[in-house]
Amino acid sequence: MITAERKPLEELIEYVRPFKRILLLGCNECVTVCAAGGRKEVGLLASGLHMALLKSGSTIEIREHTLERQCDPEYVEELVPMIDGVDAIMSMACGCGVQELARRFKGKPVFPAVNTKFMGASERQGVWAERCQGCGDCLLGKTGGICPIARCAKQLMNGPCGGSTGGHCEIGDDVDCAWALIWERLKELGQEERFVEIMPAKDWRPGGGSGPRKIIREDLAE
Amino acid sequence: MKTDSRLEKVLAAGHLAVTSECGPPRGAQPDKVREKGRYLHGIVDAVNVTDNQTAMVRMSSLAASVLLKQEGLNPLYQLVTRDRNRLAMQADILGAYSLGIDTMLCLSGDHTKFGDHPMAMNVHDIDSIQLIQMVKAMRDEGIFQGGAEIKGAPKMFIGAAANPFADPFELRVLRLAKKIAAGADFIQTQCIFNVDKFEKWMEGVCARGLHKKCYILAGVTPIKSLGAARYMKTRVPGMDVPQEIVDRMASVPKEKQPEEGINICIETIERLKKVEGVAGFHIMAIDWEEKVKEIVERAGLLPRPQV
Repeated sequence: MITAERKPLEELIEYVRPFKRILLLGCNECVTVCAAGGRKEVGLLASGLHMALLKSGSTIEIREHTLERQCDPEYVEELVPMIDGVDAIMSMACGCGVQELARRFKGKPVFPAVNTKFMGASERQGVWAERCQGCGDCLLGKTGGICPIARCAKQLMNGPCGGSTGGHCEIGDDVDCAWALIWERLKELGQEERFVEIMPAKDWRPGGGSGPRKIIREDLAE
Repeated sequence: MKTDSRLEKVLAAGHLAVTSECGPPRGAQPDKVREKGRYLHGIVDAVNVTDNQTAMVRMSSLAASVLLKQEGLNPLYQLVTRDRNRLAMQADILGAYSLGIDTMLCLSGDHTKFGDHPMAMNVHDIDSIQLIQMVKAMRDEGIFQGGAEIKGAPKMFIGAAANPFADPFELRVLRLAKKIAAGADFIQTQCIFNVDKFEKWMEGVCARGLHKKCYILAGVTPIKSLGAARYMKTRVPGMDVPQEIVDRMASVPKEKQPEEGINICIETIERLKKVEGVAGFHIMAIDWEEKVKEIVERAGLLPRPQV
């Protein structure tokens, strides 16, 4: 999923302060799963903004709504009847959702309520960790299903650096050494010989090196 | 001979090679480089010039290498993949070779987290093994990494680093094998304090015949003080300082500790001379270049061979 974290309340207050009525918009996809911008977080943030603004002697009307998917024009269309009644939109979706709103509602200011972080997985309750950098040329088949691009602090493609200690990365004991994990996994799979192969320099074009990326499926595109 | 590198000549002639290190200053201070160079003149076969070591900004390793070259030393130009993409690295390699630098060391570099610009992007367009491949293809095939022909190929004697003390230990020989397969001509190891573990690593190296495919220079460091020993033991990732070394430094009064550190270093060299596959020594006297002469001399490695 795409993970996100709520921005500090102080930053959000500054965004909404000039407005009388805002639409606070959640998303029912990734940000709901990572507890950053779903229906529940919309409610919590709305109360937080109300209280903070009251303390400074101002009031604001906040309309709360949560879309099934903010990055999808079909669902964003649902908002049309609500938009005229508000001065601005604060989105609790990832950056994709925020931009979809900005694209659809040209005259309306749109503000992000979360910082979009990374593509990751849940490690345990309340903990998410990065797993993929969207390099566009997946090499997990060669590395035992563990990504050195996303999970090695130096993106090393040919084994652990000299700072790997006791399974940890040199940047901190709370970070696993990706190559220690890869090696353990290759051993479990009986694929140790994979380590010996030199992985050549990566072509970063599919990973964004050639500019903003787009997928066009001729069979689906209208 | 693949190159005109003096280090290659010394090694090819079968001598135990000696290299040392010069960390460029954190400022536009060419005299500092020259001063460090003076301590090493005639004492070592090549001088490593570090590239933003510990991710702290310093004078570029290329510029400092040229300054040393002008003083009659043989710079060993270090290049890390952390700070430059493949275009910039190839451009610098062409520039270095054009300025008389023919020996280099290919590294990935310490993470920016440890330095004075932790907010900077780590580039890592390619990794250290891919850098070795790139430099070798530039030299032997005369092509850029992108495939185009180079007019005037840089003939670099290619070095790489190895850390026998990092984990997983069982990968350490395999990773060395990859560096050699990629094209490393010589290796400089991490500082050796745990000689037993180094010997164990070298057994694995020799069992695969890797010592015959590449020259292995054993890294040593004189410890300046008890504090430095403790720091390296506990704070430096991938460093293995046995407790007995710390205890030995602690057993002498503070003013005698530098001397004790040098004694340990020389004893280590003597022991390493007996290890099969060791082709020389890389003496990393960090900000202590003035002591390299004493170490090399007392280790019986002076005068340096004329090749």
